[in-house]
Amino acid sequence: MAAYISRRLLMLIPVLIGMTLITFSIVHLIPGNPAQTILGESATETAIKNLEESMGLNKPYPIQYSIYVTDLLQGDLGTSLRSKAPISKEIWPYIAATFELTLFAMIFAVVIGVNAGIISAWKQNSWFDFLAMLVALIGVSMPIFWLALMEQWIFAQELGWLPAYGRQNNRDPMEAITHFYVLDAMLHLDFSRIIGILKHLILPSIALGTIPMAIIARMTRSSMLEVMKSDYIRTVRAKGAGQFLVIYKHALKNAMIPVLTVIGLQTGVLLGGAILTETIFSWPGIGRYIYEAINYRDYPVIQSGILVVAFIFVIINLIVDLLYTYIDPRVKY
Amino acid sequence: MPDMVLRLKDLQTHFFTDHGEVPAVDRVSFSVGKGEVVGIVGESGCGKSVTSLSIMQLVPSPPGKIIGGEIQFKGEDLVQASPKRMKQLRGNEIAMIFQEPMTSLNPLFTIGNQLQEAIRIHRKVTKKQARIQAIDLLNQVGIPRAEAIIDEYPHQLSGGMRQRVMIAMAMSCHPDLLIADEPTTALDVTIQAQILRLMKQLNEENNTAILLITHDLGVVAELCDRVVVMYAGQVVERGTMREILKQPKHPYTKGLIRSLPKLSEREQKLYSIPGTVPRLGVGQVGCRFAPRCEMAFTRCFQENPALYELENGQTARCFLYDEIEREGHPDGGKTSIGSKGT
Ligand SMILES: Nc1ncnc2c1ncn2[C@@H]1O[C@H](COP(=O)(O)OP(=O)(O)OP(=O)(O)O)[C@@H](O)[C@H]1O
Ligand code: SF4
Ligand SMILES: [Mg+2]
Repeated sequence: MAAYISRRLLMLIPVLIGMTLITFSIVHLIPGNPAQTILGESATETAIKNLEESMGLNKPYPIQYSIYVTDLLQGDLGTSLRSKAPISKEIWPYIAATFELTLFAMIFAVVIGVNAGIISAWKQNSWFDFLAMLVALIGVSMPIFWLALMEQWIFAQELGWLPAYGRQNNRDPMEAITHFYVLDAMLHLDFSRIIGILKHLILPSIALGTIPMAIIARMTRSSMLEVMKSDYIRTVRAKGAGQFLVIYKHALKNAMIPVLTVIGLQTGVLLGGAILTETIFSWPGIGRYIYEAINYRDYPVIQSGILVVAFIFVIINLIVDLLYTYIDPRVKY
Repeated sequence: MPDMVLRLKDLQTHFFTDHGEVPAVDRVSFSVGKGEVVGIVGESGCGKSVTSLSIMQLVPSPPGKIIGGEIQFKGEDLVQASPKRMKQLRGNEIAMIFQEPMTSLNPLFTIGNQLQEAIRIHRKVTKKQARIQAIDLLNQVGIPRAEAIIDEYPHQLSGGMRQRVMIAMAMSCHPDLLIADEPTTALDVTIQAQILRLMKQLNEENNTAILLITHDLGVVAELCDRVVVMYAGQVVERGTMREILKQPKHPYTKGLIRSLPKLSEREQKLYSIPGTVPRLGVGQVGCRFAPRCEMAFTRCFQENPALYELENGQTARCFLYDEIEREGHPDGGKTSIGSKGT
């Protein structure tokens, strides 16, 4: 097992090199003079010179790249042009915000999606199956910004049950420790704050989790139907096992193998691409961080933001692969 | 008869498919006595598996449905039994093993897990006790290194070993009836013989009745007391093993026996019954075997033959054994081969 993990980690090296090459070239793909573009039309000659100096843009590409990678290896993600702060210092709260939202969105997606898929397969062609698959179909094809706006309109504006924006009540902010707010509120032993933060998570989690939920439900259903036809399920029935044992022990574990891949991919997608949802809900996540950096032509932040997202994506995939070896004894490692 | 374990009476299992209704099991009747080994033989698609799944009440539904008849198991009609009652019986009093040992065990759980589960569904024992019993069972079915094998996964075992595990699992609650659906078909010849010997041994030691399903008359001949020959969803002949081997009555059975490889005829080409199994459909008229039968005559294409009782309790579904035909065709009825294809 340890050998397998280290082999998988070794295989990451070329992937990481590819990723850094791509983020490195972002700056150099800017047409014309990058420093000029970053600073805008009215920039003075000296300002451009200074920026080129500080970003190392005047050196040959191989040198620039090796400096870039060396810095990364030392945990230096560059300096934001806008805030003048080191990116490695200021990026964490955004990552934590996105992680927390993704976690809750995926819990929603997996719990509802997997169970709806199981029941749909179990009661194939029943009204539940029909309804669940209809909802799933609508779910995958619904524009998420529309769903998000509807949620805000109904549950925040009309009913006033849930907050529409942000991670917490901004008039009474909490001292952040880990920047995972639910965890932080727990560390503060502040029960009413935990409730408040959870309430802030509900609407964006549902908006973000709807597409993965629909995909997972459909995948679970078809995978379950396939597995239920298999010989070993017939064997379990022939032993006198009840429906529950058949479905939740024998069928589910087998059916989850393809579903796990989908869960991993969707988690990666949410971690990287939730700009729209984060904007609508004023969620200070990594998507918004990158989006704002694009508006300000803050290239170091764009570079490092994308790199971090890609890195997380790769790590999630690694975790999924490791989970396979845990679930399926046939996987050779 | 009080000492019958299983008694099928006019069992009808039909499949309702897009291409119409398929009478996969068409009024099948036979019985299995206590501790007896009964074989069902017939070509692929004749309804052997559907018959056995019907007994277990495990016919995939939809599209399958038992639409008539009785399955008496120790005096209780399984067709009428509740799902709850069937769960109590399955694996406990009636057990079943399947053709494909490679796919019949769940690949994600250890042998021990699956064996212990079989025990713990029906017996109130602790995990520890179940494990001891499971190791015991593995030893009984001749698995070497049972203490190690119990923690292995199915993919680590050979086909023969997996089939032994399946047998161990089936025997775990000492059933009165073991249904074995082509238990050796997927295995190579030497392993086949071992598995058959093991089943015979379990039958003798535990007095478990066995319903052995196969397309191989040779396998039946080795193990069975009585045989049921099926063709296209129907029973075409029933009798004791000895009578049927010595004096097959139905032309189909005769063909099956002719196609058995004999030691003396090794070098010769094997005989096989010409033609293929017909498509099944409801409301078909005439003997199902008529298109392939060398003895067929006009009546065979116009009426459905009944099962005619012969001496020694042998029965055959063939007009040749109808009293009227016997009188009318003293030569055995070889009159109208020309009427094939009507
Ligand atoms: N799931 C199903 N759906 C539709 N028809 C079926 C289904 N299962 C079986 N049948 C029908 O029942 C008939 C009998 O099938 P069965 O599996 O009992 O044959 P068999 O005698 O066991 O053959 P084999 O030796 O190949 O196992 C088939 O010819 C098929 O037409
Ligand atoms: S009834 Fe006729 S066709 Fe059928 S087996 Fe007998 S002789 Fe052949
Ligand atoms: Mg079969």
